[in-house]
Amino acid sequence: MKHILGVLVENRPGVLSKVSGLFSRRGFNIESLAVGITENPDISRMTIVVDGDDYTVEQVTKQLNKLIDVIKVANIGRESVIRELALIKVKATSATRNEIIEIANIFRANIVDISKNYLTIEITGDSEKIAALEDMLRDFGIKEMVRTGAIAIDRGSKMIKYDEDKEEK
Amino acid sequence: MKMLGAQALVKGLEAEGVEIVFGYPGAAIMQVYDVLRDSNIHHVLVRNEQGAAHAASGYARVTGKVGVCISTSGPGATNLITGIATAYMDSIPIVAITGQVPLSMVGRDVFQEVDITGATEPFTKYSYLVKDPNDIPQIVKEAFYIASTGRPGPVLIDLPKDVAASTIDYREPGPVFIRSYRPTYMGHPGQVKRVAKAIVESKRPVICVGGGCITSSASPEIIELAERIKAPVASTLMGIGAFPSGHKLYLGMLGQHGIYAANRAINEADLLIVLGARMGDRAVVKPDKFGQGAIVVHIDIDPAEIGKNVGTNIPIVGDIKTTLRELLKKDIDRNDWGWLSKVEKWKKVRLGVGECNDGLNPMEVIEALAAQAPKDAILVTDVGQHQIWAGRYYPVEQPRTFLTSGGLGTMGYGLPAAIGAKLGQPDKQVMLITGDGSLQMNLAELATMVQEKAAVKILLFNNHHLGMVRELQQHQLGERYYQTRMECNPDFVKLAAAYGIEAFRVENSDEIDEAIKRLLEHDGPIIGEFMIDPMANVFPVSRGDKDEAHIRRIS
Ligand SMILES: Cc1ncc(C[n+]2csc(CCOP(=O)(O)OP(=O)(O)O)c2C)c(N)n1
Repeated sequence: MKHILGVLVENRPGVLSKVSGLFSRRGFNIESLAVGITENPDISRMTIVVDGDDYTVEQVTKQLNKLIDVIKVANIGRESVIRELALIKVKATSATRNEIIEIANIFRANIVDISKNYLTIEITGDSEKIAALEDMLRDFGIKEMVRTGAIAIDRGSKMIKYDEDKEEK
Repeated sequence: MKMLGAQALVKGLEAEGVEIVFGYPGAAIMQVYDVLRDSNIHHVLVRNEQGAAHAASGYARVTGKVGVCISTSGPGATNLITGIATAYMDSIPIVAITGQVPLSMVGRDVFQEVDITGATEPFTKYSYLVKDPNDIPQIVKEAFYIASTGRPGPVLIDLPKDVAASTIDYREPGPVFIRSYRPTYMGHPGQVKRVAKAIVESKRPVICVGGGCITSSASPEIIELAERIKAPVASTLMGIGAFPSGHKLYLGMLGQHGIYAANRAINEADLLIVLGARMGDRAVVKPDKFGQGAIVVHIDIDPAEIGKNVGTNIPIVGDIKTTLRELLKKDIDRNDWGWLSKVEKWKKVRLGVGECNDGLNPMEVIEALAAQAPKDAILVTDVGQHQIWAGRYYPVEQPRTFLTSGGLGTMGYGLPAAIGAKLGQPDKQVMLITGDGSLQMNLAELATMVQEKAAVKILLFNNHHLGMVRELQQHQLGERYYQTRMECNPDFVKLAAAYGIEAFRVENSDEIDEAIKRLLEHDGPIIGEFMIDPMANVFPVSRGDKDEAHIRRIS
């Protein structure tokens, strides 16, 4: 089963390699990993999608917590807001261009670059939505595709925060 | 105050109370050595950096302090690796300081550059590559803090040559606060209550102690617990010494190589209280069967250990001593002696090493040593059959007096660790039981021992084999022996003489007592070479039915 972990880490060199090294070393599979700084520039937040049973996810969580630079690890539920971004370069002739633009519009995707023979489409959404667009565009000829890993945030008042006073890992 | 980065480093070591460091110099660490030269810190020159890490670890184990080892960059640093990994697996607090090529050169594969923080990442608790010399005072303080708190372990400081040589405006380090690292010492009160309830409801409680009990100095609390709840106590290899062997509730070593009574009691228990033991694969051969039919309580300061290897019903994250103190305040006394009388019978079953017609019986040597050595003597072992025999047959009475590489099983650990132990506890007898294979792994440290006048009493169990592996070939590969005979051993007595070490050989069992006496009474390092029967086994081939059943169950 897929699990999404939100991980707050110290924004220091080497932390990413410690985290990714931990996964490969202990035989945990990462589906995707995305990282960037947070509202506090000292703290980065990673979103890690792991595939595994409850035992594996518990072990991943504990081992992550054990890394000195990891501030907090939280399991983010499937019902949270989950987004990925993809850029898709697709072959577009004058005959197919309008049809492709129409498909992009249905997906609320943006055309971010246009040239004589190609269109580049930007789409955000969960992985199913991106897969669906990819599927629709395949016949036109996808020449290049690049996607980010998922990032996720809880809905409502729930959040992953480092609390100076009472936070215990 | 203006000073060099290297001076700030040494000042930091002094502030941490470091009196002794183990190391080996080189160009990249020269600046630090130049400062050490003028400091009060005693530097022990080892003969291979691996020895420095093991010696620091041996020192740390017997003193409870942080051990320090130093090397140069590149090959010096990679030589440390085995020692660092050994310390990591046994949760021993050491700080390793490595020289590094100048920061401006880092990443260019220049002469003697290796990415040592990267290489040791999997088996250090934390590491620093120092980039700003002004950070040195704080880094040193943090490194000692991280190494020694929570679940202890090695911390590495990689110090580029130019950083060590640059001048800083020294400022005292502030208090250590690491927001992402705050170990839990006090076990959850609700869980402690559940344990108390489980204890009074139990009929067949057993306590399993591991290395964490020694780190936590929890022996008095464990003794009180065992006595009040009438529970026998089994120990992992790393836990030996946490509970006195002479105590009537002691069962002995558990696990694959353990004592019959210990394994039998664990199998039949209805409550297992696991304290500071990770219950690894050597301790529990069938993790899915461990504690079947029993309630398993697991107390450990490292949350990641709980539930990792064996299933747990009542997990408690916390320091053993602190948490047990809370537990002991509860009404937990049991007065049922039935279980103990049953256990007592199992204690009579004693698995030997098999018949020894072709040399000395190692058990006899160990028993003679135990009979003559003082109760507070420190016993260091190497890795192999002799290690298991020592764990099984030597009655260790006090914590921090039994040193062995339990987690990594590093041959060659023994000699340097024993040197570190002797320098840490100069007034105690320090004895090393080693094998002809293991001793040769870090043989060169004999010179370190002599140079330091470290009076280690070496019992060399010479069976002319890599006995442990030979025995595996015997049992598991149908006696297809290969590469386990030590064909060209040196004459160890002559070799010792070359180093200026007193040494003698023992071939007859009636000489054993006298030999032990000579070893213990000699004022200085000494080697007694005991010619052990090459076919003496951990699992003897001829064995009674009871032993058969025992072996089947655990292997
Ligand atoms: C560095 C290292 N290399 C290899 C091994 C595998 N190994 C485990 S025990 C052993 C034999 C040890 O021989 P010796 O020190 O003579 O002790 P004995 O078993 O004969 O008592 C070997 C080769 C090891 N544990 N460590």
